[in-house]
Amino acid sequence: MGLPMSVPGNRSRWLPWHAALVFGFLYLPIVTLIVYSFNGPGVGGFPPRNFTLDWYRELFADDAIWTSVLNSLFVALAAVAISLALGIPAALALDRANFPGKVLFRRLVLLPLILPGIITGLSLLMLFREADVKLSLMTIILGHGTALISVATTEVFAGLQKLDRAQEEASLDLGANYWQTFWRITIPNLRLSIIGAALLIFTLSMDEIAVSFFLIGRDNTLPLEIWGRLRRGITPEINAISTLIFVFSLAAIVTWYRLRVRAESKLEIAAELVETGP
Amino acid sequence: MASAIHPEVSAKTANPTTRSLLSIRNIGKSFGRTPVLRSISLEIAEGEFLTILGESGSGKTTLLRIIGGFETADCGEIVMAGERLDRLPPYRRRVNTVFQYYALFPHLTVEENVSYGLRVAKLPKEEVAARVEQALAMVKMSAFANSKPAKISGGQQQRIALARALVNRPRLLLLDEPLSALDANLRRQMQVELKSLQREVGISFVFVTHDQDEAMVMSDRIALLRMGELEQVASPREIYDRPATVYTAQFIGHTNLLRGEVKGGIARCHSLSWPVNLPDGPVLFSLRPENIHFAAGMQGAVKFRAKLCSQIFHGATELLQVQCTDGLMLSLRTSTRASRDEDLDLEFLPAAAVPVRESGQGKKRD
Repeated sequence: MGLPMSVPGNRSRWLPWHAALVFGFLYLPIVTLIVYSFNGPGVGGFPPRNFTLDWYRELFADDAIWTSVLNSLFVALAAVAISLALGIPAALALDRANFPGKVLFRRLVLLPLILPGIITGLSLLMLFREADVKLSLMTIILGHGTALISVATTEVFAGLQKLDRAQEEASLDLGANYWQTFWRITIPNLRLSIIGAALLIFTLSMDEIAVSFFLIGRDNTLPLEIWGRLRRGITPEINAISTLIFVFSLAAIVTWYRLRVRAESKLEIAAELVETGP
Repeated sequence: MASAIHPEVSAKTANPTTRSLLSIRNIGKSFGRTPVLRSISLEIAEGEFLTILGESGSGKTTLLRIIGGFETADCGEIVMAGERLDRLPPYRRRVNTVFQYYALFPHLTVEENVSYGLRVAKLPKEEVAARVEQALAMVKMSAFANSKPAKISGGQQQRIALARALVNRPRLLLLDEPLSALDANLRRQMQVELKSLQREVGISFVFVTHDQDEAMVMSDRIALLRMGELEQVASPREIYDRPATVYTAQFIGHTNLLRGEVKGGIARCHSLSWPVNLPDGPVLFSLRPENIHFAAGMQGAVKFRAKLCSQIFHGATELLQVQCTDGLMLSLRTSTRASRDEDLDLEFLPAAAVPVRESGQGKKRD
């Protein structure tokens, strides 16, 4: 009985091979990148020989790289600040307020995320030219900030949708005004959503290249620095910095994911308590 | 209308001896095109335990939310101690609420939950600490001061919600079906506790429930709400003994409805008749099952014979279904079993048959 598709044991024996192939396709390049960052003779040549940390030593002595890392950190932090400052109110408006064109606003907020970076970058470039703004890290920050508002909005909006409104009513009932309620109840309840959004925005901004390419002034961000060097040929120093970026990005994404799972399981516990009342 | 039949009912509900705390005057509310409350007027006295009783969709929670300030009425006004309450935002009303699912703040400890209102009001630290301690002791939860709400049981959360509201010393406490999430035993225990707590603190309680028994056990007065209109406002005893309408009689307890006619001071219903002090015309009587007895020759009782149809054991009492010789079906509650073979001689006092008025466009129950 049962559906023929779900009969156990009837699974194709090619499936594990297929899965392995997909996995390899996805991760082999990254593995290669990491392995060759420890390769003595440089990039190329198989198998890798002479395990060495020289490229990392060279990397840590390279001032230009570290300047660009600092620039990138600065840009990413500022982008987080801008997109949260604008994204949280937007999410609140979407969740609570009713205004004409709300549906349209909801779609448009997502647009920068869907739009190719080239379009966003080019349009911002033209705008800055028109407004006679000198290109610098500032313009990159504005570019990242605007493009990533959508991330902040959707993440915080999702958190708001799960928020128990009775808690805010209870706060008002206990004498806290709307502002106090927002800071003491709403924001702490959204804490995990906000941290998650910040981590995601930070990571996206750190490795953003398309928008940055159009808006770059004299100071390079890390991805642009790497891209610039690549034109002069690949050195394993690039592999080394890429490995570091990979590790940090992975850590950030894992943290973000775990926060999210924790937020959800907490809500499930709360829902269970409400249902059963132990 | 009702007062023509029942002058004493409307006179008693006015409750003239106690001082009024809250006046609800002609409150009306619609959600879109659906009217939820139609011209509700209600007085709540100082120190009174008033229950708003109604089925789901009767508008009881909406009325409570209007008093609390979470909904705005379309018309009418609410006055507390001479001040227009309905014009104040919720955080300026000296009214606190116990929410249906408690709405405790999950990121704060029990103690921080309870002290929330006092801290927002910027009371001195020592006073906050003293009052929180007292409030926690009152609900017997001092041992849990540092727990998070998710770590304590439903009944304990309930107590914390109560302490969190009462610690602010409101003039009026609103309770939105606060016991509905608890299981039956805990529920009965909390009913008693809540009632004695209310007597102790002397604050007026407005308690919303859909449970008739709960309303009967706890309330000083019950306001029965039906489809957005007040059906009757009276003490539990009065509302049970003297229901004003068919709906009230059937919603609160069981009853027999007797349809009959009054002519020249005599009420006739099937083959039964008894003297009444009512004007001529068609009339409906509510006769509670426990007011029909085995014939014992009571003075002036209406006597009749009936056949036993069924008998249901209810523990302390038996519920009998009987059919009179003329076909009229009645239920009666007795403490003794009846024999199935012989006809029963039964009687009731004329005063036990309470004339009730039809409820407006009523949906029939049972």
